[in-house]
Amino acid sequence: MYKPQIQIQDLKAWYGNGQALKGITADVPEHTITAIIGPSGCGKTTLLRCLNRLLEEVESTRVTGHVWLNGTDIYGPGVDVTDVRTRVGMLAPKPFPLPMSIYENVAYGRRIHGLRLLDKGNGRNLDRIVQRYLQAAGLWEEVKDRLHEPASGLSTGQQQRLCLARALAVEPEVLLCDEPTSALDPISAQGIEEQLLALKEHTTIVLVTHLLRQARRLADHAIFLWMGELVETGPAEQIFHNAQDERTRAYVAGNIG
Amino acid sequence: MTRRKARLEEVGVKILMIGSTAIVLGSLALILVTVIWRGLPALNLEMVTQTPKGGYYLGKEGGILNAIVGSLYLAGGATLLSMLVSLPIAIYLQVYAARSRQAELARLALDVLWGVPSIVYGAFGFIVMLWLGIRASLLAGIITLAILELPIMVRAMDEAIGMVPSTLVEASYALGATRLETALRVIVRQTAPGLMTAILLAFGRGIGDAASVLFTAGYTDRLPDSLLGPAASLPLAVFFQLGTPFPAVQDRAYASALVLTAIILVLSLVSRALAGRFGRHIVR
Amino acid sequence: MLDLRAWLTPLARAHGRAPLQAVRRRRERWARRSMEALTLGTVTMVPLLAAALIVRAWPILMAEPLSKLLLSTDWHPLRGAFGFYPFIMGTLWVTAAAMILAVPPSLLTAIFLAEYAPNRFRAVAKPLIDLLAGIPSVVYGVWGMLTVVPFIQKTVAPALQRTLGAVPLFESDNPTGYGVLAGGVVLAVMVFPSIIAVAEEVVRAVPQGLREASLALGATRWQTVRNVVMRRAWPGVMAAVVLGLSRALGETMAVLMVVGNVVQLPRSIFDAAYPLTALIANNYGEMMSIPLYDAALLAAALILLLIVLIFNVASRLVLARLSRA
Repeated sequence: MYKPQIQIQDLKAWYGNGQALKGITADVPEHTITAIIGPSGCGKTTLLRCLNRLLEEVESTRVTGHVWLNGTDIYGPGVDVTDVRTRVGMLAPKPFPLPMSIYENVAYGRRIHGLRLLDKGNGRNLDRIVQRYLQAAGLWEEVKDRLHEPASGLSTGQQQRLCLARALAVEPEVLLCDEPTSALDPISAQGIEEQLLALKEHTTIVLVTHLLRQARRLADHAIFLWMGELVETGPAEQIFHNAQDERTRAYVAGNIG
Repeated sequence: MTRRKARLEEVGVKILMIGSTAIVLGSLALILVTVIWRGLPALNLEMVTQTPKGGYYLGKEGGILNAIVGSLYLAGGATLLSMLVSLPIAIYLQVYAARSRQAELARLALDVLWGVPSIVYGAFGFIVMLWLGIRASLLAGIITLAILELPIMVRAMDEAIGMVPSTLVEASYALGATRLETALRVIVRQTAPGLMTAILLAFGRGIGDAASVLFTAGYTDRLPDSLLGPAASLPLAVFFQLGTPFPAVQDRAYASALVLTAIILVLSLVSRALAGRFGRHIVR
Repeated sequence: MLDLRAWLTPLARAHGRAPLQAVRRRRERWARRSMEALTLGTVTMVPLLAAALIVRAWPILMAEPLSKLLLSTDWHPLRGAFGFYPFIMGTLWVTAAAMILAVPPSLLTAIFLAEYAPNRFRAVAKPLIDLLAGIPSVVYGVWGMLTVVPFIQKTVAPALQRTLGAVPLFESDNPTGYGVLAGGVVLAVMVFPSIIAVAEEVVRAVPQGLREASLALGATRWQTVRNVVMRRAWPGVMAAVVLGLSRALGETMAVLMVVGNVVQLPRSIFDAAYPLTALIANNYGEMMSIPLYDAALLAAALILLLIVLIFNVASRLVLARLSRA
């Protein structure tokens, strides 16, 4: 049995008057890669963005329900949104390096929260922190000699790895990945996938993908959505090879969506 | 920067921002209220239907019809003249020259002209007047205002034309139309509201400007009767009436300012309404 | 929907009939040439303006050395003394006051509208701010005389004299209310819409993904604006400020009505000043009756034009440098 890191309970979301999520209840086990799969428009990205409360940044959205992160409801009263986002990081489909140097990009999270806050006895040296996470993202070797050059000079694949390093640098408990390889060439995509596989031991990963093969490769656990509703959720073995719901079976076989 | 400090900073900055917005919008409200409050009492039918009679500036009867009509002629004539030149230029920049060096240079020049103070245009108009041997007149004022309005109109028209979807333009070329035909039949129709807005914008600028007509249009207490005779204008009417030592006349200055402001407000509303109406033929 | 076909088909059918095609082609060529001429005419307008002013200001430019004209404080037209320094200083003081007063609220408002305000508020606020831009300068002058000047005279000047009177900048004995500060306040309000409109657009144009990247790391909205959005929008915001500056430099009527129009070097913000624009506007009537006066006033216009041109060019260069960085 797994220990759930995130427990989603009856989560509903609206964009204006249109309901995008119709009551999702599911778990995300810790130290796994959980894939959210489903056809376009089914609410995958919406669900993901509820997990770090980024959805509410868009005007006229509304969210009800609960999301328990290690026992705390992130939608509870008095919860600080910026705190939630430090514990739940995100990797976007298109890499957006901040308008700073490579070094500053990785250091950004630390700087805005105050160095002391997240140190955990790993040394106060920002340089070492930056190096460690660039290594974790598999980018260190390529940029170690040009850390202070603008991040915009990197290739797309490198930029995405930089965004990964940047997200990891605040040491989140969970990392949300929204189609992280969709803008990348196959080689860079593979690089990212390898990093994610290596990371899941320390960081729980929730991955939204429309590439079934990617989900098969990476997922330990899966959540299948259809038109804003939860159809089925369970271990990857179940979803991909032994689905209970016929819609799941049809989707996974490539017959629908 | 700890989390708590960041949150406090956020609140503090929000207060500053809301305060700033309040200052900006509040200034608008204050200006309108002041002009209405001081101008309305002195505004009556006589003011807008009569020209100044003898002794007007000493407090006797009359009105500012000379200035109202003068301003409308000046700005109207200038806007018309400017439009005849601006539209071809805007079309040329967007349809013919597009991204060429020529267009870049022209846009640069227009930007510079846009920033030239209106009093410099007035001085220029004055010099041209002297050179041509004409006196301060409606015509001189119209020409000067037209030059002032030109960069404003061209820029606004340029932007409006730039928003036409290129697929539409390409469709027209594909059917064999020349650039001119495309420009006149397709683009102008599509951008009609934008062009209207540009014209009204320039008109509003023209009617409110004093510095450029100061030298060039002269002033008269009569209605403008010929292009070569002087013409009164509302901004100058306000200015001159304000300059007298009689409170009654000064009050009339406020009323004149109110009339001028009212014209601008109406223009603004009309411009928005037209943009909505004319939008019928637009392909989206 | 336009019926392109119906209109173009007869023309298309005429394809091949030589005379009709030739007519269209000739029309096209003629139209193109005349539009091109008009456009090039606009370009020549800039040097033409400068040239006209130089020609008419020539007598005085020849009569006195440039340094004397620009740096002398002696202004007595009847005696033939034309030192522009007080007026140049007047322009600089009032413009500086206006920018100091205008820039912080304008930028804060622009950021508020772009990043924080709900869409419905923006939809109402933006047209209102545009309205501010449309108000004629005489009306601003009237407002200045009726509201700003008395307020400065009765409230601000005495208050600042009591607290900071030791500082020459804030000194005022027997304040009239007319002066640099009044001019600065009125100009600042005139300049608000210029800065806000452009700055707001520029800030909004920063891609949403960049904001989200920062927010997803746990940054507050303001941290995101300050560290990420503004860094991207910086050159455009600077352009907006320069736009406002150029508007303030060239303003005539409103400033003239509240700035005092005394030929002197201002030492305090409550002192009267006499900007170049006011000089030209106030004295054009006597221009032709005093020798060299017309040349002098047109020289003032020339100085004004040059200041504005230099600012325009300098800001473009700086902007280009900033954008590349």
